[in-house]
Order: sequence, then structure tokens, then C-alpha cells
Amino acid sequence: MAIALRQINPDVFPAFPITPSTEIPQYFASFVANGQVDTEFIPVESEHSSMSAAIGASAAGARSLTATSSCGMAYMWEELYIAASNRLPLALALVNRALSGPININCDHSDSMGARDSGWIQIYAENNQEAYDNMVQAYRISEHRDVRLPIMICQDGFITSHAVENIELLEDEEVKNFVGEYEPENYLLNPECPMAVGPYSITDYYMEAKRNQAEGMRNVSRVVLEVAKEYAALSGREYGLFEEYCLDDAETAMVIIGSAAGTAKDAVDKLRAAGEKVGLLKIRLYRPFPADEIAAALSHVKAIAVMDRAEGYTNHGGPLGADVMAALFRAKSDALAVNYIYGLGGRDVRVEDAEGVFATLKQMIKDGDAGETYRYLGIRE
Amino acid sequence: MNVTVIQERKRKEMSNLTEIRWHGRGGQGAKTAALLLADVAFQTGKYVQGFPEYGPERMGAPITAYNRISDTKIRVHSNIYDPQYVVVVDESLLETVDVTSGLKKDGAILVNTQRTKEEILPHLKGYEGEVYLIDAYKVSMATMGRYFPNTPLLAAIVKVAGIMDEETFLREMRASFSHKFASKPEVIDGNMAALKMAFQEVR
Amino acid sequence: MATDISKLGVKAKWRDLTEGMVVAGAGTSREFNTGEWSANKPVFIEDKCKQCLLCAPVCPDSSIPVKDMKRGAFDYEHCKGCGICVKACPFGAITMEGVK
Repeated sequence: MAIALRQINPDVFPAFPITPSTEIPQYFASFVANGQVDTEFIPVESEHSSMSAAIGASAAGARSLTATSSCGMAYMWEELYIAASNRLPLALALVNRALSGPININCDHSDSMGARDSGWIQIYAENNQEAYDNMVQAYRISEHRDVRLPIMICQDGFITSHAVENIELLEDEEVKNFVGEYEPENYLLNPECPMAVGPYSITDYYMEAKRNQAEGMRNVSRVVLEVAKEYAALSGREYGLFEEYCLDDAETAMVIIGSAAGTAKDAVDKLRAAGEKVGLLKIRLYRPFPADEIAAALSHVKAIAVMDRAEGYTNHGGPLGADVMAALFRAKSDALAVNYIYGLGGRDVRVEDAEGVFATLKQMIKDGDAGETYRYLGIRE
Repeated sequence: MNVTVIQERKRKEMSNLTEIRWHGRGGQGAKTAALLLADVAFQTGKYVQGFPEYGPERMGAPITAYNRISDTKIRVHSNIYDPQYVVVVDESLLETVDVTSGLKKDGAILVNTQRTKEEILPHLKGYEGEVYLIDAYKVSMATMGRYFPNTPLLAAIVKVAGIMDEETFLREMRASFSHKFASKPEVIDGNMAALKMAFQEVR
Repeated sequence: MATDISKLGVKAKWRDLTEGMVVAGAGTSREFNTGEWSANKPVFIEDKCKQCLLCAPVCPDSSIPVKDMKRGAFDYEHCKGCGICVKACPFGAITMEGVK
């Protein structure tokens, strides 16, 4: 992630450290010290300030970003909405970590899931390669004139952020050319045309302003695919809104986000080798949520497990569960679907756990009944 | 992807996957050793993973770190429960941690100790596989003048698990150290000497 | 490009708003007739005025134009009738119905 940022060479990077995202600004600070980037690196006193400074820099006309995790993101909550409503295309490198309490520093998706309605684009990665590739594509999506929205590039805390894994990097020059220069139409530091940002909006305007903002979100899926296509031509690595793995003829399928998708793919291979028609759908773009496309990809599947690495405390499941179920409902799906809460606070997910989920799905088809649709995976009962 | 292709790939993957679990104490460098091992194996063209089981960083508390090394792409992101190799960086852990848990019979355990195999065996809960020992204290003190058990153990596990030949390993490690210790090159020779000596000292 | 604020009235449709509701271009507040926000207006009694100019800088709405070191007539398009100028004038040259 830090290397992608070095290659992008953003203009302004305010940061406040919090585990497990600390190493991103830490490595980046050394790039600044070594003169490898000419970024203005601003050590600030809190996440409230880091996001505020990133917003100010972005409004001024600079390409800016910050990084955080967990409680750090919680502390920039107010600013998340400001960045989105001001249509500022800045980036946030989010290393997913649980929110307290009990106090925990390990991976789950509670932090970014909580911010799913803030108006940010959210893209998730299974491994470090994807985190890198997503970061390189980030500004092309967020700065696109039909989008102009902030973007959150998420990866799993520790599981991928602190793991040494193989990764293929692009050449510095390739990244530079791919990302291009940031050229906003209006910006604060333009003496030719000064600008007012972040106005008060009375009731007469507020809803129209929000609808206007939503239009940017509606264009995101198209732009994500356009950028991915260009990126594939450059890198040879293909990305979509989500990844379908052995899904074409699958009777049972898992919908999942993040590093556990890799583990679940091994379970899919194992079960496929035993003749089971199992498949997987891994979410890449979570906000906006590609509901129609996901429902279409799952249209032939008889039983579905939606995996949430965050609680929703709705008494019927987590955030991804709600989104997928709503998508299926709108598509008039008659699939049996359950929602698992798993991997909270870094709880390990094994290949065997994923196999167990597929076994449950198979049984659901046999019974013709989903049973309890809100479940915990691998909980000690 | 059709099923035959998956089966073929899976078979290949299973036969080439090496899984290693490290048991150490906070501050002994087990995590660093696992990350270094991943780095050095990567240099030989392998697919690698090196990752610690994270928690609050507490000096002296038991910690676990892991390595996967494979000829094919690694996607699984779970901890390792049935390793082929276990490295025990601190032998006092033999009493408090179930270090041989899930350890494959056709694998091996490597223990850092000054004791003999006969003395160590009763602490391995009847483990039937191969047992290797190294006195990392002796190696470390002789070559670096201070106790850094992870450097000798890194060399020892490379030898025990046959991850690469000694010559390649030493060449890649020198390159790695030159990068890692760019600001204090004086420690490189000591570390290199520790690696070389450890290759000879594994019992 | 400067924002055409004449198109941003309360009848404006969502598509016609600017992205992020930004207003580009300087001095656009001149286009808003904030003077209609008040029924009370100050009255300038030119005979009593010594042109000391104490009133001009205290006006929050820049509604007292100054030209050639002399103040002119009130800009009622933007004056909100706050009455601060009445208090600032030492010569009773500004009065206001309802404000003492």
C-alpha cells in the first residue's frame, strides 16, 4: 500500500498513527525523508485533524489522502460526511480493525461497515496484491468528472497488512502515467476564480444537494469497470465489481469480503474436487452496492450464505447480509439464504470453517428450509 | 475453471506446500525470522506467506508466527494448525505451550536448546517425527556477542526443511541484511557468521 | 468557471445545483438581495453628517458605500437594518424607526 502511494506521489498526506494502519504513514514518511516523493507530509494530533487536513488540501486543489483503522476512523466520522458531501476526491487507506469493546486490535470490518452510508466509495481487497492494485486505481475512479467522491481502499488488518506475501508491482513510471495529474475544475487556490466550499444548506436545498451527490455514486460502477479495463491492459490483472469463483454452475454459494475469501476458495476447490457444486462471490466494490449485478450472478444458486465480518445488531444479521438479501428480494429470488457473522476481532477462519458453511447450505436445500437465518460461525456454544 | 484443472492444481499445491509454525517469546525475533524466511524464499521464486499471530506486544509473552512456502499461489489466510515443521525459539515454552499440536509425523521439530535429544524428548508429548536441536545461544554469542536466537534458528530451519541450499540462502540473506541494516552495516558480518555457523551446528 | 448564481434559486432542480454546492467566483454575495430580510432601514440625514466615516467600517453588510473619502446613500439591497451605524454615528446623522 505504501509503495503504491509512493508511486502515486500524492500532494498532501496528513496522518495520525493507529495500529494496524501505522506502517503506511510510517513507510511513507521515510519516502518523504529520502526525497523519493515530494508530498507534503503533515503529522497531526488526531484523526479528526488528519481527515480535516486532507479535506482542506483536497479543496485547495491538491491530491490528498490519509490512512487509519478502527477507532481512528470513528474519530474522523464527522469529516467523512463532509468529504463526501463536498465532492472531494480524496483517498483513505483503511486497514480494517475491530472497534472496541472489548478492546481489540485485530481484524474485522466493523469500522468501514459503520461508514458504509457516509457517501464514500468503498473497495475491498483479498490480499496485498489487490490492495496495491486497488490503490493504484483509486484516484482514477474518485477524481473522474462523473464521480468526484472520496474513496476508501480497505484491506484486512494484520491478516494481510502485516503479512509478507508475493506481490507484483508496476514500474513507477507506469503508475505515474496511469494515475495522471489531478486537474480539478475549481479549487480554493485558484486566484482566477476563488471559491466557496462547504456551504450551509437550508431545508429548501438540502434534499436536492443529496440527490445531486447520489448521482455521483450512480456513476461509480461504470467508472470502476472502465478503470479496471484500462488497468488490466497495463497490469494483466483483471478486476470487476466483484469476483465470481466457480459460480457458473454452483448450487450453493458464499458471498464474502476480504482475506477470508482466499481461504474459502481453497474450500471451494476441495469440495469441487469431491464433486460438490459450490461457488463463491467476493465483493470488491461494496459502496455503491452493485445489487442488480450480484442478484443476477446468484440467480441460479439454490442456497446462499452471506458472510459478515461485522455485527449489525439488527437481530437478523450484518450489513452485507442486509444488502444481499435486499438485492435478492428485489430480483424476486427464491433462493434460501442465511447470514453468518464470522471472524470478529481477528477470529481465525479456516478452510474447514468454510467447508462447514457449504455443508450447511447443502443441508438447507435438502430440508427446503433455511432455518435460522442469522448465525454465528465457529462460536463456542 | 473446470474441476479437472482445479484437482490437478490442488494436487500440485498439496505436494509442494511447506507450512512452518514458530513458537517464541515477545522480543526474541520469531516474527522477524518468519518474515525474513518469507522474503528469502520469495527470492528463489516461491510463493510465500510470513505472518505473526498479532496481539498486544508484550515482551516475554508467548507468540506464534507462521510461514507458508509453495510452488503455487497461496490464497488461504488462516493460521497453521497442522504444520510440517515447528520451530521452538525458547525451550521454556515446551512446558507451557502445546508446541507439537497438529505437527505432522513425517515433519520435524527444531528446538533451541543446550540440552541433548534424550533430555528434550520427554517434553515433546510423544512426538514421533524427527527432532532437531541447535544451541542458538552458543552460535549467537560466538558470532554476534549478544543473544539473538532468531538468526541461528532461521538458518537451522532452512536446512532442516530443505527450503534452499546453503549457498543460495547465504547469498540472498546477505542481500537482505545489506538492505535491512543499511544504516548499521557493522552488524551484517556477525549475522552472516551466525547463519553459517548455525548451518553446521544443527544436530 | 464562475458559478451562475442566478440559477440557484429555491426553484432550482437537483441537476442544476453545483457539485458539493460549491460557489465558484468572487463577490457573488452581491447578487443576493439580503436587504429584503428586514423592514427597518436606517435613514441618512446628510445635513448632520460631518463625513467622519465612523459608520462605514462597522457595517456588517458593507452597505455604506464610500467614494472619494465621502460616504454615500445606503445600499438598501443589502442592508439588513441592524442599526449598528445608528449607534456609531456621533452626530445623529443616522436614525432608524424602531431602533433607539
